[in-house]
Amino acid sequence: MKERSFTFTCHKISEGKAEGRVLISKDDILFYLCNPETGQIIEEGHALEGQSVAGKILVFPAGKGSSSVQVDGLYQLLTRNNAPKAMIIERPDTILVTSAIIMEIPLVDRVEKEFYQRVEDGDYLCVDADKGIITITKQEKIL
Amino acid sequence: MYLTDDEKDMLAGKYGEGVALAMKIQVAVGECFDAKRMVEISKAHVALSNQEADLWFVEKLLKAGAYCRISPTVNPGFHLEFCRDNLSISSKDAELMERTRNAYREIGATLTFSCTPYLEANVPRFGEIISYSETSATAYVNSVIGARTNRESVQSSLCAAITGRVPEYGYLLAENRRGTVLVDVRADIKDDFDYQLLGYCAKKIGFGVPVFTGLPLNPSQEALINLGAQLNTIGAYAIYHIVGVTPEAQTIEMAFGGKEPARTVVITNDDLAEVQKSISHPEGKIDFAMFGCPHFTINQVREIARMVQGKKLAAEMWILTSSLTKELADRMGLTGTIESAGGHILDNTCIDQPCWRHLEGKVGVTDSPKCAYYTKRRGLEFIIRDLRSCVDATLKGEVS
Repeated sequence: MKERSFTFTCHKISEGKAEGRVLISKDDILFYLCNPETGQIIEEGHALEGQSVAGKILVFPAGKGSSSVQVDGLYQLLTRNNAPKAMIIERPDTILVTSAIIMEIPLVDRVEKEFYQRVEDGDYLCVDADKGIITITKQEKIL
Repeated sequence: MYLTDDEKDMLAGKYGEGVALAMKIQVAVGECFDAKRMVEISKAHVALSNQEADLWFVEKLLKAGAYCRISPTVNPGFHLEFCRDNLSISSKDAELMERTRNAYREIGATLTFSCTPYLEANVPRFGEIISYSETSATAYVNSVIGARTNRESVQSSLCAAITGRVPEYGYLLAENRRGTVLVDVRADIKDDFDYQLLGYCAKKIGFGVPVFTGLPLNPSQEALINLGAQLNTIGAYAIYHIVGVTPEAQTIEMAFGGKEPARTVVITNDDLAEVQKSISHPEGKIDFAMFGCPHFTINQVREIARMVQGKKLAAEMWILTSSLTKELADRMGLTGTIESAGGHILDNTCIDQPCWRHLEGKVGVTDSPKCAYYTKRRGLEFIIRDLRSCVDATLKGEVS
């Protein structure tokens, strides 16, 4: 096995640096519809239904939901150590943005397009929001 | 982003750590959205939720010495005294409500405990820059009144109340308020309930600022409340326009700012019927009726009172409203009429609160898809019908 790294630029929303395994969602996420005890998404029909966001670097298009529930969802996950370590999004909204800033979870957007072609579930990611850099590390078989 | 000397002082802690924290969060939000500067607000509404994160954040600001420059009105939790005496709440639920109430009082909020502040107590004017959370209220003040707010979170609007500022971005700017999606309504819109179903067509309408055509030109206040509330239940719309009705859409050209819509969506009777079928529990016996999501107006309370006068309800009925509307209902004898029939009118209370444990696992009837959506997590099931059918069902104990 050989490791290969790829680096991409991004835009800081909520400060900080984190690394971990990536989990990719094609659907928007409302953290209120996660089980705080396991981190699993419980929303019926969601692309990640049944999968856990705990400790992941979460890649998803945008947040959703009304003005109060997003922050409580993240708070419940965070107080049980089941929150995502960092979040990478495409479309920021005020509600998710303030939730991440208040909960001190690194959040970035405006990632280079090539990132989305390159990233796959299970890759190891390092998100440095302060420097505006995401690094993907892939395990590749040596042929 | 540019900050005035006063704003720099807030950030640097000259007004205390609480103000500095609020300003730090707002600057981060502003920078996320490329805001060039802060602007002053003259009104705020905070969607107090009485959830743990809500309390945690208000207490954090309080401990850091924050106090509101602009006193915000607030959303309801639950009526602590009534629920303690009449419903089953745990001591933990009671403690959370008590602490939340005290924290908001101490930080300088105006304790209206209502989700319809734009009807009474906190009514903005056209063009006024404000900071409103409570997503159905945001839609109403932007769309129907023409005031300017972003779709704030509980926490961002509380920060705005503390600093008296908001970063200038999004729906505060004229160019972002213009319509992008033409919604051609070909369905028959007969009553306020049809606006609930229309709002719930958000999935078909898609992302953007919707401009509705084909709607009646004299909608009731309740119809406009319903449309905004439901659009923001399964979608996210800070503003909508109705051509010939809302102030920034007197003509279709005005609504789109002279541009072509990005796309057109047609809504038919089939769409409304499909929405109703997809969200409603199948008809049958009901245990209770729940109204007031958003809080009912005096007109809606009166309509129920007229229907139940001199009769006995076969199922529990709860009507949630503001204390000002409750006071009006008391004075007009409507509360007496409803209570004689066996119903309840309760102020300062929201449907999405722990005071409704006795309804878990039961089937109710409501006119609000939003009510049904948010209480699913609490194990409540709802048959969704128009208001008159709901009241009929409560008299009979079933929807047939």
